Amino acid sequence: MNNTDLQVILDKYPDAQRDSLIPILQDIQEVQGYLSRENVIEVGKHLKLPASKIYGVATFYNQFTFLPQGEYHVQVCRGTACHVKGSAAVLDAIERELNIKAGQTTKDKLFSLEVVACIGACGLAPVISVNGEFHAGVNGDKVRKILKNYRKNHQEVKITNE
Amino acid sequence: MIKIEVDNKTIEANQGEMILDALERSGITVPTLCHMKDKFPSGACRMCMVELDGANGLIPSCAFPVREGMKLKTHSPRVVRARKTIIELLLADHPDDCLYCVRNGNCELQTLSEEYGVRQRRFSGKKHAYNVDNSSMSIIRDPDKCILCGRCVRVCEETQGVAALDFIGRGCDTVVGTAFNEGLNVSSCVNCGQCIMVCPTGALRENSSLKEVIDALNDPEMTVVVQHAPAVSVTLAEEFNMKAGSDICGLMTAALRNLGFDRVFDTGFSADLTIMEEASELAHRIKTGGVLPMMTSCSPGWIKYVEQYYPDFIDNLSTCKSPQQMMGAVIKSYFAEKQGIDPRKIFSVSVMPCTAKKFEADRAEMSDDGITDVDAVLTTRELARLIRLYGIDINKLEPETADTPFGKRSSAGKLFAATGGVMEAAARTAHYLLTGKELADLKIKPLRGMKGIKEAQLKIGDLEVKIAVVSGLENAKNLLEEIKAGRKEFHFIEVMTCPGGCINGGGQPYNTDMDAVRERMQALYNIDRDAPLRVSHKNSDIQSLYDDYLKEPLSEKSHHLLHTHYHKRDTII
Repeated sequence: MNNTDLQVILDKYPDAQRDSLIPILQDIQEVQGYLSRENVIEVGKHLKLPASKIYGVATFYNQFTFLPQGEYHVQVCRGTACHVKGSAAVLDAIERELNIKAGQTTKDKLFSLEVVACIGACGLAPVISVNGEFHAGVNGDKVRKILKNYRKNHQEVKITNE
Repeated sequence: MIKIEVDNKTIEANQGEMILDALERSGITVPTLCHMKDKFPSGACRMCMVELDGANGLIPSCAFPVREGMKLKTHSPRVVRARKTIIELLLADHPDDCLYCVRNGNCELQTLSEEYGVRQRRFSGKKHAYNVDNSSMSIIRDPDKCILCGRCVRVCEETQGVAALDFIGRGCDTVVGTAFNEGLNVSSCVNCGQCIMVCPTGALRENSSLKEVIDALNDPEMTVVVQHAPAVSVTLAEEFNMKAGSDICGLMTAALRNLGFDRVFDTGFSADLTIMEEASELAHRIKTGGVLPMMTSCSPGWIKYVEQYYPDFIDNLSTCKSPQQMMGAVIKSYFAEKQGIDPRKIFSVSVMPCTAKKFEADRAEMSDDGITDVDAVLTTRELARLIRLYGIDINKLEPETADTPFGKRSSAGKLFAATGGVMEAAARTAHYLLTGKELADLKIKPLRGMKGIKEAQLKIGDLEVKIAVVSGLENAKNLLEEIKAGRKEFHFIEVMTCPGGCINGGGQPYNTDMDAVRERMQALYNIDRDAPLRVSHKNSDIQSLYDDYLKEPLSEKSHHLLHTHYHKRDTII
């Protein structure tokens, strides 16, 4: 995201006050996938809000992240139905497989992991979503295979491109 | 006036005020961990709950306005049980390391826990293990001890207009921290320490220099000198259970000698020196069309504030170093030369009412050829700790006077401790410098008192000098915005970072209330009223320092030792 992208977003909110903070942050995250430090500071200047306040608001909501997302963004549903069906073990398996915690991105920037409260697909529980693609009735073994497949796909795409 | 019934007694209350304020005025104590006087209630801690006849639940007295005829119970069994439960819940994830805590003995949480008879752990929560943030020269944050009352967040934003801190995260994982959870040293924190003053626990404390000072005192090779700021002698008494507003300058000097300091100097002396330089600078700026309004530069929190938020005003800041740094500079130059001591063998300590002074002493601008002006800064609190550690009974000492050549001060220099004091001292000397005559009445009334913003016009010769005095950075911000918009014009502005000035600084005793600050202020005014020497330019030690060494104000030597310049600062704001 370059400065003009940000300016386009900020221009949508002329004379904005602090009540426009969340919509602005949502717009930025939609374009960039995360909130960068520079953008937070620029939003602060636009709204005359200290960076600490913006950081405070943005960390309150799960939807905002300060890390660039991976190529594959994994969302693990931890809603009630998925919980009952064993999503805790699913999350644990993914964290071990990727060696990151929820909210983080792998060093190779391939995967990022997010915990969501409910994806709204309780019939498929426990469910994970990777870049919007749903995987139903998963368990530890299944998610390991799923992640391996994505990694393999990525490598194949890379080889073809080269 | 309306009447309300409290614990079966009738008390009077003002229409529209909160219950808690009415109770407090009537001498009924209701505990609170989040409320701050004169600020909008936040209702965060729920400790001030009282029982209202006819209401279902308990109500928070800090955020509930009085109503005619309302019946309250402030200490019914139900209320007491609720408060006790709140304390027990706060303790559920508290580290319980009171014995190792800087607030042991004066912690609000500890006191309430004792008062409400908490004798066992009823709830055990997940304990956090956050990193201690000791990145700042001035302030250490220990989030494990934080009870999330929010006072620091509010004082930083509302009183100081800085907002370096906010709540980060949500629920059990909420923590008070800076933008991007960085160290305080790279945040917009101006090191004023007002957050320490309002913190009910040990989550915020000064970055102590006691170890370095004690090591120096025990090093036979070092000449250890100490200077004490004008605001310390009128405050230290409270640490030893004397009443607020007692001036114990003599006793403190004696105590400092007993501690082993080789020389005891009075920062009031270098306040006089600051006035000589600053008043001359003002006169020079007015005569030569220099940058106006000139703004004082004694308060290091304010300096950092300007560097961060108003870099366009940096040239308005007086180039004078603060009295602490001026004293440090003349100790390691003039004093060292005169005594034939290698300045590297001098350990220079200052006792300040301030945490930002620790930051100031560490600034790159504040050293000359690798020799720092000031080596360690102690707050009033740390000095009290040192005196207790050495087993000195300050009440049994005989008052002593400070050492030459930097021991004599005018009462103008003493006034530096309160808002308006620097201006009053400067006006006295500027008047003399510009007209050759003393002010008819040395007491300049419009500059006195606790008001956050004071404006006045002074007639100096044929010149109408427009001046303003502000304390509290939010007030400073408002004034700067007025100037920027061209709505106000001044020649000279005094800014002190803390509300009321150094007598309410971030290094002063815990649990300071504004009544105590007013007493301290009155003590300063009394000292000034009774003093034989009330103007800086008549201080004979100052005169001989100029005759012997500096030659004249704004001389080349003065510029080298006593002046500096500040630069725009890139911090996350």
